[in-house]
Amino acid sequence: MRGLKTIAGLAVAGCALALSWTAQAAEPVRIGAFLAVTGPASFLGEPEKKTLEMYVDRLNKQGGVQGRKIELTVYDDGGAPDKAATFAKRLIQSDNVDIIIGGTTTGTSMAAIKIVEPAGVPFISLAGGIDIIEPVKKWVFKTPHTDRMAAEKVFADLQKRGLTKVALISENAGFGKSGHDQSLKVAGNYGIEIVADEVYSPKDPDVTAQLTKIKNTPGVQAIFNFGFGQGPAIVTKNTKQLGITQPLYQSHGVASKDYIRLSGDAADGVRLPAAGLVIADQLAATDPQKPVVSAFKKEYEEAFKSEVSTFAGHAYDGLQMALAAIMRAGSSDKAKVRDEIEKTSGYVGTGGIVSMSPTDHMGLNLSAFHMVEIAKGDWKMVD
Amino acid sequence: MFESTLQFILAGLTSGAIYALVGLGFTIIYNASHVINFAQGEFIVIGGMSTVALTAAGLPLPLAIVLATVVTMVVGMALARFAIQPAKDADVVALIIITIGASIFLRGIVQLVFGKDIHSLPPFSGETPLNLMGATLMPQSLWVMGISAGLILVMAWFFNATLAGKAMLATAYNSLAARLMGVDTKWVLLSAFALSAFLGAVGGIVVTPITFVSYESGIMLGLKGFSAAVLGGLGNGIGAVAGGLILGVVEAMSAGYISSAYKDAIAFVIILVVLVARPNGLFGKKGIDRV
Amino acid sequence: MKAFAQRHRGLLILAACIALLPLGVQNDYHYDVLINAGLNAIVVVGLNLLIGYAGQISLGHAAFFGLGAYASAILTTTYGWHSLAAMGAGMAGVGVLAYVVARPILRLKGHYLAMATLGIGVIISIVLNTEAQVTGGPDGMSAEPFSVFGFAFQSEKSWYWLVGGCLLASVWLATNLINSPIGRALRALHGAEVGARVVGIDTTHYKVLIFVISAVFASFAGSLFAHHTPTVTPSILGFIKSVEFVVMAVFGGMASVLGSVVGAFIMTLLPNVLASIEDFEPIILGAIMMGTMIFMPKGLVPTIAKKLRRKEAP
Repeated sequence: MRGLKTIAGLAVAGCALALSWTAQAAEPVRIGAFLAVTGPASFLGEPEKKTLEMYVDRLNKQGGVQGRKIELTVYDDGGAPDKAATFAKRLIQSDNVDIIIGGTTTGTSMAAIKIVEPAGVPFISLAGGIDIIEPVKKWVFKTPHTDRMAAEKVFADLQKRGLTKVALISENAGFGKSGHDQSLKVAGNYGIEIVADEVYSPKDPDVTAQLTKIKNTPGVQAIFNFGFGQGPAIVTKNTKQLGITQPLYQSHGVASKDYIRLSGDAADGVRLPAAGLVIADQLAATDPQKPVVSAFKKEYEEAFKSEVSTFAGHAYDGLQMALAAIMRAGSSDKAKVRDEIEKTSGYVGTGGIVSMSPTDHMGLNLSAFHMVEIAKGDWKMVD
Repeated sequence: MFESTLQFILAGLTSGAIYALVGLGFTIIYNASHVINFAQGEFIVIGGMSTVALTAAGLPLPLAIVLATVVTMVVGMALARFAIQPAKDADVVALIIITIGASIFLRGIVQLVFGKDIHSLPPFSGETPLNLMGATLMPQSLWVMGISAGLILVMAWFFNATLAGKAMLATAYNSLAARLMGVDTKWVLLSAFALSAFLGAVGGIVVTPITFVSYESGIMLGLKGFSAAVLGGLGNGIGAVAGGLILGVVEAMSAGYISSAYKDAIAFVIILVVLVARPNGLFGKKGIDRV
Repeated sequence: MKAFAQRHRGLLILAACIALLPLGVQNDYHYDVLINAGLNAIVVVGLNLLIGYAGQISLGHAAFFGLGAYASAILTTTYGWHSLAAMGAGMAGVGVLAYVVARPILRLKGHYLAMATLGIGVIISIVLNTEAQVTGGPDGMSAEPFSVFGFAFQSEKSWYWLVGGCLLASVWLATNLINSPIGRALRALHGAEVGARVVGIDTTHYKVLIFVISAVFASFAGSLFAHHTPTVTPSILGFIKSVEFVVMAVFGGMASVLGSVVGAFIMTLLPNVLASIEDFEPIILGAIMMGTMIFMPKGLVPTIAKKLRRKEAP
């Protein structure tokens, strides 16, 4: 009798255990990321990683997505495309991720596309290069503005000021090179003539030689620099040192306070295209982006005690769009999630308002960019 | 025309003085041990980063500089004591791997301790460019050049006029004979690394206002410093400085007159040409092989 | 047969390892890592002939690897060549280039040679980075799939056997070379170059020969790498990559063919193992490099082999 009781007890316990097991065994949503956390683009990759980790952690504390925990796997590709390709394989094959966010640079994203496309895994890139989404690839999306849009925004501003002869100086690495090529491509559309074209290496301690050449080129009305990291700050300082008076434009690659801090006074008067996040407090109260970017800025800066950058915003947007798509799809089925990402419409993010379509896997337009000018060590919205 | 040439030269001297400072660090350690220390660039980073961190913590700049220099010298001596000394009999390639390993290791530590941001320091004497016959130069560049020149003089005096310096040279020339003559060769190695780390730290502190500093700066600086030291002739202080300045000026001139995309390549072509013509560098002595 | 087994003991061990490894492989990512390890091993087996046997250092071998990769990518994609023809053209081109540069620079010694090879590597990488119309610039380009006699290598599994076979062939070639008169001349050269010259060995000739051979090995592996990855960017031929190859050779064991393979495998697998603790990766990697060289200056395989032998002998 006693034995029977024990058996019954065990059976009940077993059932309870099995129940709790199934409840717990709701498979987690697996998100994979490969980012340039070290290397020349760590400037971008580091805040991206921090953002993903912070928000995944926070969501898990709130119970995850549809009762499922989120499992985030981040690998550091150091900005090297061949490593990115290996990590993409690892995420898909070994970690069985449902979706991949990442690819800090265009080079690493392009290498990963070769892996995700045949494997059929949704992939949201955080890099700027237009080649990522043009031509449209079935499984590939991206959150940041393209380098072509940055060039267009700058040229439109120059056109407004009646400046047509521009000297281009760019970094001879991925970001700068791609921006340089896109600038040459669209300059004509805005009646801009590129009269000088110089490059520098990402770690050059001094670029006065290149800038002297630009200074001596007759007719230069403005200088446009495409690069990120320390290079643009050195260009800015050297421009001031040489007493060059023509206006200096930078790309969206330097839209972080670090750039102002490194360049000091020399940054005064520099203009650049930037997303709403950078000038959150200056946005009009009616701007639909205002609440989103203000909240993100506050949360990020409270958590990490450092200035938020647009790159952190790219990762935030990528994660939000991915999670929204998973919720709409009602599962993490890769094909369904892909379809839902493509249907993203009117998502208000840190980079702008995103409306994707089968022919547009980025869904941003030029209105997402603001032209800002640096004045007294801070951003000032121009338009 | 003249103005821009002068500007190119000044630009070259600014970069060149930086390369020269790093090259000097290679020279000291080479002189004492025939080791090429590929972690020399990391000394610069540790010096620069510690100064930035200490001033950010509220210390006055002079005190921060002194402390940062001490920290770097301790790291240098630890490297000598725990990585180089135990491997004294290893051959050249093994020693190269050890110092490259050390540079990766130190970079990892710096990244962990100081983070990945790029930092700067305020220039020592303002940011008003000096005007020189139409060309401009930042006062900080003069600091770099002046300190390089001062350090060469100190080193020349040290190696030629002091017992410690002579002991170092003797150890490099023939370690066993030096030991028999009563030189404490272990001490020589330690002090060479300390001296070289000191040089790196000072270099890092004067250079940071121009080039900034991040945990990764050491790779490029180490490469250029090594090039400068080899171009001038290993073990020769004047050679390292000349090598650094030539390298800087060639780069700036190439960027100015030929192609900014190929300036680094042109500099390396010149190094190759020099080495083919003079296999021991510009100022190096011809080595003799023993059978 | 017995003589063959004796002479090629290392080769047989390696063949057995390659045949058995797939038992532990769970997915394509594992294959991918093993394939990359195998490709690195081919480069390092060649490089070790130069470093370990001829006693010459090269800090520029990634450039030859990269040139092979770019030759395959450009010729198959832009010009529609057959992948084998592209690979052959790459190896021939790299061989000629290595021959041209080897004559003047192999007169240099020690750190000067290190500088010269490093310089050549940097120059080649700048050219490939800058000539974007041909090479795709910093973002690189991709290669067409690799095919031999109508069979296209697509799956990771087929690549594994291909690279495994190529590695065995490379090891076999290198072993034969070492046991040939050339190998003996090389060893004399490493021991005492002046002495070798005095007894009538044309040292420059042998040094150049081995430099060219090692460069061609690297080009061959580079071509395979381009087809497998299949993205080729300038980062694969940077200074860092050259250093990695040297580290693999020295870590595994100088003048040890099997050591080259072991070194390449460990140093390829290690970063993948450490990837999950990425903040500490460089610290651990650096410490392992220093520790191995301090405690086993001859490298892993020769040190262990010596210990084993001592145990066997009473």
